Amino acid sequence: MNAKLTSSNLAEHRPFLLKFAVLQVGRREVAEDLVQEVLLAAMKGADSFSGRASVRTWLTAILLNKVADHRRQAGREVSLEAQQEALGTDSIEAIFRANGSYASMPQEWRNPEESLTDKRFSEALEACLGRLSEVGKQVFLLRELMGLSIEEICKELGLTATNCSVLLHRGRMRLRGCLEDGWFAKRQKQR
Amino acid sequence: MLSCKDVSKLLSDRLDRQLGLMERVRLRMHLVMCTGCSRVERQLGFLREAFSGFVKPTDRE
Repeated sequence: MNAKLTSSNLAEHRPFLLKFAVLQVGRREVAEDLVQEVLLAAMKGADSFSGRASVRTWLTAILLNKVADHRRQAGREVSLEAQQEALGTDSIEAIFRANGSYASMPQEWRNPEESLTDKRFSEALEACLGRLSEVGKQVFLLRELMGLSIEEICKELGLTATNCSVLLHRGRMRLRGCLEDGWFAKRQKQR
Repeated sequence: MLSCKDVSKLLSDRLDRQLGLMERVRLRMHLVMCTGCSRVERQLGFLREAFSGFVKPTDRE
């Protein structure tokens, strides 16, 4: 086995792979199976790890394939056409007016850091993620949860850098708006 | 003049790549006078922070 890849440093990535998988496939048991397959495949294929990508990027790429296989079997494949469509419909048109100003003014979030330790905040965040398109959510999670670069995401998903950055912009602005309405506005009203 | 929509795209891009000099100058100029975009700037930063801590120690079995 490659000196850089031991089972313990593969295991260190497991919580991230599991979180990503749960958010992708929805069911924890399925996600655990997929992650187990990824770690087994990684152990077997350790020689094919070039060391050029980070270990997490490499594991994430294997997981993406497993998720795609799972979706294909479940008949929930996200086709290239659907990805293109998402670029059209995962829109931020509702967020901005035609002249590019905000349709509704972004509000101040008071002490947002306090929310980070609140379990209900994680739930609100996951609910907001669920409102993005499949590909929009995937790109966002690859960037913010798994820490992949734009170049790596483009390569894995077969998207152009422009499409990637458009999807990230939409995803971030929609999550921002969803958290404002679904969490911060309610929280401030309760005080 | 950049619109708030343009500025929000730059604020998002800035989390993924280094902006060019002109982009940074135009962004700075807009942020100085726009309360909405200044909030969005902080909030997108917060969103990143929220996800960096999304996998909690309790998830590490």
